[in-house]
Amino acid sequence: MALAGIFLMLFLVSHLLTNLLMLAGDEGKAFDQAVELLGHPAVKIVEYILFAAFLVHILLGVLLQLINYNARPVKYKKAPRTEISTFSRYMFHTGVIILVFLVIHLINFFFVRLGWAPLPEYAEHSHDFRSMAVVLFQNPWYSGFYVVCMLFLGFHLKHAFQSAFQSLGLNHTKYTPAIKIIGTLYAIFISVGFAIIPVYFLFFYSS
Amino acid sequence: MNVTLKIWRQKNAQAKGKFKTYPLQDVSPEMSVLEMLDYLNMQLIEKGDAPVAFEHDCREGICGTCGLYINGRPHGPMRNTTTCELHMRAFKDGEIIYIEPWRARAFPVLKDLIVDRSSFERIMHTAGFISINTGSAPEANSTPVSKIIADKAFDAAVCIGCGACVAACKNSSAMLYAAAKIAQYAMIPQGKVEAKERVDKMVRQMDAEGFGFCSNTYGCEFDCPKGISVDFIALMNREFFSSKVCKQKHK
Ligand code: FES
Repeated sequence: MALAGIFLMLFLVSHLLTNLLMLAGDEGKAFDQAVELLGHPAVKIVEYILFAAFLVHILLGVLLQLINYNARPVKYKKAPRTEISTFSRYMFHTGVIILVFLVIHLINFFFVRLGWAPLPEYAEHSHDFRSMAVVLFQNPWYSGFYVVCMLFLGFHLKHAFQSAFQSLGLNHTKYTPAIKIIGTLYAIFISVGFAIIPVYFLFFYSS
Repeated sequence: MNVTLKIWRQKNAQAKGKFKTYPLQDVSPEMSVLEMLDYLNMQLIEKGDAPVAFEHDCREGICGTCGLYINGRPHGPMRNTTTCELHMRAFKDGEIIYIEPWRARAFPVLKDLIVDRSSFERIMHTAGFISINTGSAPEANSTPVSKIIADKAFDAAVCIGCGACVAACKNSSAMLYAAAKIAQYAMIPQGKVEAKERVDKMVRQMDAEGFGFCSNTYGCEFDCPKGISVDFIALMNREFFSSKVCKQKHK
C-alpha cells in the first residue's frame, strides 16, 4: 500500500510538472515536447510499473476496507468522538472519488492515445492532449468536476504522505514533524497545481 | 446530579442485545463511573431486575479490566483516564450517557458490557515473553541499558491491555497493543535476542484473531488511557520488515 502509494506520489509530481507546461505561454510547444517523450521506451517501462502500482494500490485499498469493515460486525450506536483527522477517516471514500476521476481521465486522454477511444474532431492527432484539454476545460461543468476531484485528491494526499512513512516504520522524533509539514505542503501543491490549469483555461484563455 | 443512562443489555453471547434506558437520580459527582453503575445495580437488584454486568478489578487504573465505551469514546470523555478513574463530574447534570461494550469481531460480547478479550492473551502467548530460565536475579550491572532506552521501553510497558485502542480504532485494529507489547522487549538487550521471531509470531496471531489493519488514523493513541504513542507502531513495522528480510529459516 505504502510503497505503491509513494510511487504514485512521485508520478503525480512529474504529471503535474508536465501539465504546468501548458501554461508556459508558448502555445504548448514545451508541453508537446514533453508529451513526445511518452513514446520513449524507458518511459514505456515506467508506464507499466505505474499501472502495476495503481492496480496494487487500488486492490489493496479495497481489500483493506473490506477486512476493516468486517472487523467490527456490530457498530457503535453513539457516533465515535475519538478525535482523528477527518482526512484519515475517509481515505477509502476519497480514494473512490479519485478512482472515478481516473477512469474518466483515462477515457478522455489515455484511451485516445491508444486509439481505443475516437479522436475528437478538435484534436489534430492522438497526442494532441493540449487541444483536448483546452476544449474540455472550457466546459464549466468539466472544469468544475476536475477542480472538485483535485480537492479530494489533496485530502487523500494530506493523510497519505505521512501515513506512508509510518507504515514503513520510518519514524523519527526529529524528522517526523517535518515529514508531516512536507506532506501538507505536498498535498496543497499537487491539488492546487492541477486545479489552476482548468481555472486558467476557463476564465483567462481565449484561442 | 441526575443522569439518563442508555446501556447495552445483552443476556449472553448468543442473544440479541439492545439499549435500555435508565434514569438515575441523586448521583454524586464524586462517584466514579463504576460506582455510579454499582449504585444503579443496587436499585436494579432491589427491584428484582438483573444488574448490569461490567468488568472491573483494581479500580485504580492499573489492571486494564474495566473498559466501557462511553458517549462515543473508549473510557469516556477524559484523556489518559480509565473508566474506573473517570468521575461523574466529567458529565453534565441531566446528560444522556450512552454506555456500550467494546465493539470488535475479536472482542465478542459475553454479557451486557463484558467482552471476551482473550484474543489479546493469545497474542501474548505466541511470543510475548523472554525465554530465560528462572533463577536468582542476575547482577543488574552486567547488562547495561541506557536510561533513555529504559524509559522508552517503560513507556511501552505501561500498556494495561484494556483494549481501548481496538475500541477507538475505526478499523478495530490491535496494532497499538501489539506494538506496545513488542516494543517493550525490542528496545532492551534482554529482549533483542528473540526480537525477530517475536514480532513475526505476534503479528501473525494478531491478524489471525480478526483484528482490522492499521490505516494510521491514530485514534488509538488519542484514547489510550496510558498515552502510548503510535511511534511504537512504526517501531513494530520496522521490526516486522527486518524480521521478514533477516529471519533465518528453521527446519
Ligand atoms: S478496574 Fe483496573 S484499570 Fe479500571
